[in-house]
Amino acid sequence: MNTAMNHPKSIIENFDLYAPKLVSKEEFFSPGHRACQGCGEALAIRLMCKALGKDTVITNATGCMEVISSLYPTTAWTLPWIHVAFPNAAAVGSGVEAGLTALRRKGKIADRRVKSVAIGGDGGTMDIGFQALSGAMERGHDMLYVCFDNEAYMNTGIQRSSGTPFLASTSTAPAGKKIPGNQVWKKNMAEIMVAHNLPYVATASPSYPLDFMKKVKKARRIKGPSYIHCLVTCPTGWRSASETCIKLGRLSLETGIFPLYEVEDGKYRLTVEVPEKRRPVQDYVKGQGRFRHLTPDQIQVIQERVDIEWETLMIKVNCSKSREELRAVREK
Amino acid sequence: MGKRVGMEVAIAAAEAAALCKFDVASVYPITPQSHVAEHLADIVNDGRVDASFITVESEHSALSSAMGASATGARVVTATSSQGLLYMGEVMPITSSMRLPIVMLIANRAISGPINIWNDHSDIMPMRDTGWISFFAENGQEVVDMTIQAFRVGEDRRVMLPVNVNMDGFQLPHMVEPIFFPDQEEVDRFLPEYVPYATLHPDRPVSMGTLGMPEIYAEAQKAKDVAVVNSIKVVKEVWKEWEKLFGRKYEPIQSYRTRDADVALVTMGSMGETAEIAVDALRKQGVKAGLLKIKLWRPFPFAELKKAVKGIRVLAVTDRACSFGGPGGPVCSEIRSALYEESVRPAIVNYLIGLGGRDVQAEDFMEMVRRAAKGKLSEPYEFYGVRG
Repeated sequence: MNTAMNHPKSIIENFDLYAPKLVSKEEFFSPGHRACQGCGEALAIRLMCKALGKDTVITNATGCMEVISSLYPTTAWTLPWIHVAFPNAAAVGSGVEAGLTALRRKGKIADRRVKSVAIGGDGGTMDIGFQALSGAMERGHDMLYVCFDNEAYMNTGIQRSSGTPFLASTSTAPAGKKIPGNQVWKKNMAEIMVAHNLPYVATASPSYPLDFMKKVKKARRIKGPSYIHCLVTCPTGWRSASETCIKLGRLSLETGIFPLYEVEDGKYRLTVEVPEKRRPVQDYVKGQGRFRHLTPDQIQVIQERVDIEWETLMIKVNCSKSREELRAVREK
Repeated sequence: MGKRVGMEVAIAAAEAAALCKFDVASVYPITPQSHVAEHLADIVNDGRVDASFITVESEHSALSSAMGASATGARVVTATSSQGLLYMGEVMPITSSMRLPIVMLIANRAISGPINIWNDHSDIMPMRDTGWISFFAENGQEVVDMTIQAFRVGEDRRVMLPVNVNMDGFQLPHMVEPIFFPDQEEVDRFLPEYVPYATLHPDRPVSMGTLGMPEIYAEAQKAKDVAVVNSIKVVKEVWKEWEKLFGRKYEPIQSYRTRDADVALVTMGSMGETAEIAVDALRKQGVKAGLLKIKLWRPFPFAELKKAVKGIRVLAVTDRACSFGGPGGPVCSEIRSALYEESVRPAIVNYLIGLGGRDVQAEDFMEMVRRAAKGKLSEPYEFYGVRG
């Protein structure tokens, strides 16, 4: 009998007993780094590393995470880690994979699988690192790329990226007297990765840690390229209170703004249930200074877009078939 | 002892890398390097070398993935040219800072504006200060020899730096030349297995490419400079060993008929052979001409240059790139500054020649020597034979 299910409170009381069953106690992204209070990205990386485990090499694009974790002569990383530049995490990671594969095949290193994992922010992934990512994924390297999307160039001072939401105020797309913030819709990176025919693509959030870690583990197992798009709160850039980091992630799901799903072998599946009656977009934007200037009409425009995107996703979830299923139909 | 074969130099360069048994090749095609890329792929896909070939989507990713592979402890070769080298520019200084001994074969080509696929040195010159060791080959034989030497020098524990081997685009890679190839056993003896200092592996985790604050950045730069400066000892040592093993002599600055020379040309790359013909012709006419050929561009061989110019009255330095609004060509400005503190030093004139594949013939070198004899040109540097 599962005591935890019957007495949810006992999970907290017996945390030391239950937690190790859910998540590794080992730390690969150590405390003492210099991330801001309430940084969703640092939290997500810690969880990702726990899910990946020891046999991993991390390639980090330039950005907050490299800055806060690798101030020489200190490092927060107990996993092998490399940072080269801003646009090339995917390329470097693909080289890591090629190197490890060749050396293993030639018997020059231990004969066991070590996964190459490249990480970058929205700028390093969706903008300047886009070409390198597309190349690395298309070439079919056995590697995982995780984009930690906090929706602007936070490391350089909250400048707009192609991950910035419509009308959000950033330092290069400010809410001015004439132009009210970012004028275009956020690029749908997960869909672009799906179009690369990857065996596994998922969206994730540290507000749903078990879902996120499960996806990382799944992606790790895949022999080939995989991509996870992880939305992370940036209290500094979103102008939100540090303690709302997790709550904002949950609201992004409950409003349908950032649904959590995976696309395995071409088949879409929601991994975290979204309430039948989705919360209004208003609930998500109200706690964030970057949306403070929005008028009710503007929020309505966003609401309509979110509704349409949600329905589009639902069509894919309800109708898509995996390539394997499609093959089975043809064979009949 | 190896065999002599007639071979296209681009293919020979790839064959030389194959003799070095590289683990990973990461190359993006660009004229006039493409035959190097294609032949490296042939070698890997035919299983002649057990290696991974990464068909990258750009030069930026070529060098980036080369770095990733090298950081795991693999022996890595890449190749590029012109715009491709400039595109790698962001990654070049990081490669040397991380002390990753990647070998890059460069088919030197003019950089764009206007676009031009032919040879000069305007691609490698902007990379001069990135902390790579730079060899300049004069012919196909030197391309092959230097490629093998590059791995040995770069991977030496006293060096641990990336090395680029420069071959003049088209003039070298597209020529079929007679080339001596060493045997595999000879190369194996000359080039031991690469033993990296630190690698990306969970058995011994390290952080590479960490953030350097002002308190440490300057020290990191100094450390790199010391490494590049000191590498000349190893380059010379390796070249001596090569001469002993294979009988072909390599020197940072190679002198040709300079013992009693009055005017000496200075060249770098494939034009050395044409300049030799000019020197011989001038000598027949009674002109005491000589020639200095630079084979090692970085680290710059200051001591060797000072020794080589002894007794020479005028140096006619040729450059194949321009430093716009600067002191002339980069080779000349280097030589001027190298000799500034010498109490007795030659007069120096500077010719900018062979830009964007402009042909330079023996007669042109003869004319350059004749006009240089005055010790001065009408301009600080001259675009030789250029209209306008």
